[in-house]
Amino acid sequence: MSGELILFFILALTAILTAAGMLLSRHAVYAALYLVLNFGTVAIFYLLLGSPFIALSQVTVYGGAIMVLFLFVIMLLGAEQITAEFSWNSVVPAGLLGLALVVEALVLVLQKVSASNLQVATSVIDAAPEPLAKQLFTVYLLPFEITSILLLVAMVGAIILTKTEKKG
Amino acid sequence: MMDNTSGFFSLVPLIVFLPVLGMLINLIFGSKFSEKGIGAVAATASGLAFVVAVLQAYSLSVAPAAQNIPVAQWIHIGTLVIDWTFRVDTLSVTMMLVVSGVGTLIHIYAIGYMHEDVRFKNDEGRYRRFFVFLNLFIAMMMILVSGNSYMMLFVGWEGVGLSSFLLIGFWYDMDTLGRPSFANSNAAKKAFIVNRVGDFGFLLAAFMMFWQFGSTNFDNVFAAAPAAPAWVILWITIFLLVGVAGKSAQIPLYIWLPDAMAGPTPVSALIHAATMVTAGVYLVTRSAPIYTLSADAQYIVATLGALTALFAATIAVGQYDIKKVLAYSTISQLGFMVAAVGMGAFSAGMFHLITHAFFKALLFLSAGSVILGMERGHHHLAHGSHGDHGGHGSRAEAGTIPEVFDPGDMRNMGGLRKQMPVTFWLYMIGTIALAGIFPFAGFWSKDEILADAFKNYPHVYWILSAAAFLTAFYMGRQIWMVFFGQPRHEVAKHAEESPLIMTAPLMVLAALSVLGGLLNMPGVDTLSLWLKQTVEQIEIGEFNPQVALISTALALLAIFLSWWLYMRKPIQAGQPDPLKKMLGPIFTGMENKWFIDEAYWFVFVDRYVDLARFLAQTVDWNFWHEWFHNSVIAAGFVGLTRFLADPVDLGIVNKVSKVLADAVQASAQSLRKIQNGFVRSYALSVMLGVVAILGYLLFK
Amino acid sequence: MVPTNYYLALAAILFTMGAMGVLIRRNALVIFMSVELMLNAANLTFVTFARMYSTLNTTSVYNGQIFVFFVMTVAAAEVAVGLALIVAIFRNKQSIDVDQLNSLKG
Repeated sequence: MSGELILFFILALTAILTAAGMLLSRHAVYAALYLVLNFGTVAIFYLLLGSPFIALSQVTVYGGAIMVLFLFVIMLLGAEQITAEFSWNSVVPAGLLGLALVVEALVLVLQKVSASNLQVATSVIDAAPEPLAKQLFTVYLLPFEITSILLLVAMVGAIILTKTEKKG
Repeated sequence: MMDNTSGFFSLVPLIVFLPVLGMLINLIFGSKFSEKGIGAVAATASGLAFVVAVLQAYSLSVAPAAQNIPVAQWIHIGTLVIDWTFRVDTLSVTMMLVVSGVGTLIHIYAIGYMHEDVRFKNDEGRYRRFFVFLNLFIAMMMILVSGNSYMMLFVGWEGVGLSSFLLIGFWYDMDTLGRPSFANSNAAKKAFIVNRVGDFGFLLAAFMMFWQFGSTNFDNVFAAAPAAPAWVILWITIFLLVGVAGKSAQIPLYIWLPDAMAGPTPVSALIHAATMVTAGVYLVTRSAPIYTLSADAQYIVATLGALTALFAATIAVGQYDIKKVLAYSTISQLGFMVAAVGMGAFSAGMFHLITHAFFKALLFLSAGSVILGMERGHHHLAHGSHGDHGGHGSRAEAGTIPEVFDPGDMRNMGGLRKQMPVTFWLYMIGTIALAGIFPFAGFWSKDEILADAFKNYPHVYWILSAAAFLTAFYMGRQIWMVFFGQPRHEVAKHAEESPLIMTAPLMVLAALSVLGGLLNMPGVDTLSLWLKQTVEQIEIGEFNPQVALISTALALLAIFLSWWLYMRKPIQAGQPDPLKKMLGPIFTGMENKWFIDEAYWFVFVDRYVDLARFLAQTVDWNFWHEWFHNSVIAAGFVGLTRFLADPVDLGIVNKVSKVLADAVQASAQSLRKIQNGFVRSYALSVMLGVVAILGYLLFK
Repeated sequence: MVPTNYYLALAAILFTMGAMGVLIRRNALVIFMSVELMLNAANLTFVTFARMYSTLNTTSVYNGQIFVFFVMTVAAAEVAVGLALIVAIFRNKQSIDVDQLNSLKG
C-alpha cells in the first residue's frame, strides 16, 4: 500500500464522515461547518488529481463565498430557532433507496468497469493554470462570457427576491 | 390597285366594312347628328358599298376568273380550316349589286319614311336605331353573299336573321296600329324561331359536307361532290333545302314572312322582299354543282317552289292588308325563284331575283307611301284642317284619343289615285311588272322560268302558270281597291302625297322595273352569260313564244277578271268582298291563310306548350320536386340523419367518449394524490427513477 | 497511484449521501447544503476523468476541469438565487420547513 493510497483512504473517510455529520447534525450551523470541512477534503482530492486551480477555486468559491453566504443566511433568519427536525417518515424509504443507489454505483465503478480502463495517468501533467486559462479564453470563450450573464441574472434575481416593498 | 391582275378586287372587304363603319358612326356619334345627318351617313355607307360592288363588277368584266380575297383566319381546328375569305365572282357580285343598290335606294327612302313614322309612333329616339340596324343588315347580307365557304355564308345567314329580328320587332312595344301590345315583338320572335328550324337544316348540311368532304369551302365541296355517294348528296341538298325554306319562306316554313310585315315598311321592302329572303335562292344557285348531281333533289326543290308559289298566291287573293298581299306575293314569287333554281334554270332564278328585287321593293315602298299617305290623312282629320302636314306634331297634343284606324287596310282606301298621283303611277308600274305584262321586267324573268318549266317539268309549269294567273289577279284587285273607285273611309279622302325624298328612290326603282328585262333579254342573255362564268351548269334559256303568249294572255285575263269583279260595281264601305259570294268557304280559307297558322299552333305550339306544361307540372313539380326531392332525398336524408343522430351518435359515439372521459377522470382522481405539493416526495420519486433506471442498466 | 475506481466510488458515496440529505431533512437550508454536496461529488468525477484522460490528449485534460469551473459558477448563481428564495419564503411563512410548503398540492 503506497503512501498516496493511505492518504486517499484517510481523506475519503474524512469526507464521508463530514458528509454524514452534515446530514445528521440538528443544528444548521454545525451542518454548514461540516460541509466546509467536506469541501476542504474534496479540494485536497483535486490537488491529488493534479488540478491545483480547481482545488483553489473550490476553497475560494465553495469553502469561502458559498458557505459564508449560507452561514450569513442562517444568522439572518435566526437559525437557532429553526427546527432542524428530520422527516422521520421518509427516512426508511430514503435510506433504502440510498443504499440501493450506493450498491448500484459501487457495482458499476468497482465491478462492471475493468480497472485497466480506468487507470489514472501516471505521467506528470502540467498543472500550471496557464494552459487552462488559454483553453478557457479561446475554445470556451463564449460559455465563459455567458456565465458572466448568468451571474448577473442571478444577482439581479437575488436582489428582486429579497427586496421588501416600501409602502407609499 | 389599278394593275390588271388584281383590279379592284382588294377593295372587296369594304363592302362589309363600309356599312359597319356607317353603323358605328351612327351608333357612337349619332346622338349629335340631325335626322338628315344620320340618314346621310347610313345611306352614304350603303352607297359606297354599292360603288365598291360596281368596281368589283368592272374588274370581273375585265378578268372574269373568280377571286378569293382572304381577310382573316377564323377557325383552324385539326383538318377543319375556315377563314374569312371574300369570294368575288359573277354570282356574288350580282348579289352585292342588288343588295347594295336596292339597299341604298331604300336607305334614301327610309330617311323620309322613318322621319314621319317615328312621329306617328311618337318615339323620335328610334330614328337613329333604325339606321344602325339597317346598316348592320347590309353588312351581314354582304358577308352572306361574299363568303367563300358555307360556314362564312352561315355567319351572314345568321347575321341577317338577327337584323331581321331586330327590325321586325323595331316597334317592339306596340302592334302595327301603334297600340301597346306584344304583337310586333311576337312577330319578331316568330320569324327568328321559324328561321332557327331552317338554320338547323343548313347546319346539318354543313356538317355533312365537313364529314364527307372535310371542308365547307365552295371550291373544295364542289370539286369533291361528284365522287360522293348519291344519298349523301341527296341529304345535303335536302338539308340545305330546309335552310332555304326557312330563310326564303317556302312551304312549310313560310309562316314567319307575313308576320314580318310588322316591321317598318322599308324593312319589309329591303329584307323581306328584295334581299334577305332571296338568300335561299342565292344558296341554291351557289350550290348548283351539288344540286345538279341529284335529279331527285332538283325535282323536290322545283315542286316545293312551285307549290309555294301557288299556295301563297291563293292566300294573297284573300288578304285585305296592303302589305300582307305583298307579303304573300313575295312568298309566291320566291316560290317561282326556288322552282327555277330547282329546275336548274339558275340564271332564270337569279334573273327573277333581280327583277323581283326591283319591282317588289318598288311595290313595298309605294305601299309604305300609301300607308303614310293614309296616316297623314288620319292625322289631318284628327288635328283639323289647319294641322301641319307630315306629322310634325305629336298625336298626343290633340288631346283626344283618335279612333283606332288601320292605315294599311285596303277596305279603308279607294280612289287614292287622285290624292297620291305619283305613288299611284309608281304602284302601277310595279304591279304591271309583277303581273308579267310585256315588256316590263317581270315579264321577261317570269317567262324565262315558265319556258324552262314547260320544257323540263310540265307539272311545275302548270302550277306556276296558275300562280302567275293569281298573281295578276290579286295585284289587279289591289290596284282597283286602293287607287280606284270612291274613298271608303273619310281618311282616304284626305290622304296626302309623299315628299320627294321618298318618291325619288321609287322612281329609280320604277325605271329599273321597266327596264330590268334588258338584263337578260332572250337572244342577248347578258346575265346568263355573266353568271355562267361562275355557275357552269347554267344553260342559256330559250325564248318560247307560245309560253309567253299564254302567260301574257293569262295575266291580262286575270286583270280583266279583277276589273270585272271589283270595278264594274266598285265595292262600298262595309260591303263584303265580291269573291266571298262566288267562292264561299274557299274565300274564307284564303282570307284566313288556309288556317295554316292555326294548324301550326295546334300541331306544334300547343303541343309544345303541353309538353312544357307536362315537364313543368308532372315531371318537374310532381315527380322531381314533390316525389323525388321531398320524398326520396329529403325524407331519406332526414331518416339517415336521425339514424346517425340517435343510435350512432348518442348510442355509440357518445357512450364511448363518456366512458373514456370517466376513465380519465377516475385515473386523474387517483393520480392527483401523488401530487401532494411536498418537494421531498417529488425528489423521492426522482430518486426512485434513478435507482430503477440504473438498476435496469446494470442488471438487464 | 490511486485507481480511478476509488475516486469514482467515493464520489458515488458522497452523491448518495447528498441525495439522502435532500430526502430526509426538512430544513430548506440543509437541503440546499446537500445539493451542494451532490454537485461536489459530480465535480470530483469530472476532475477524476480529466486526470484519467490526460494521457490521451494533452489539451482535453483541461476540458473536465473547465467543466468543473462552469459548474462552480452555476452553483454560485444557484446559491445566490436559492438563498434569496429561502429568505423570501421565510419572510412570508416565518418558516423554512419544506414540509409546510405544499401550496402546489394537486
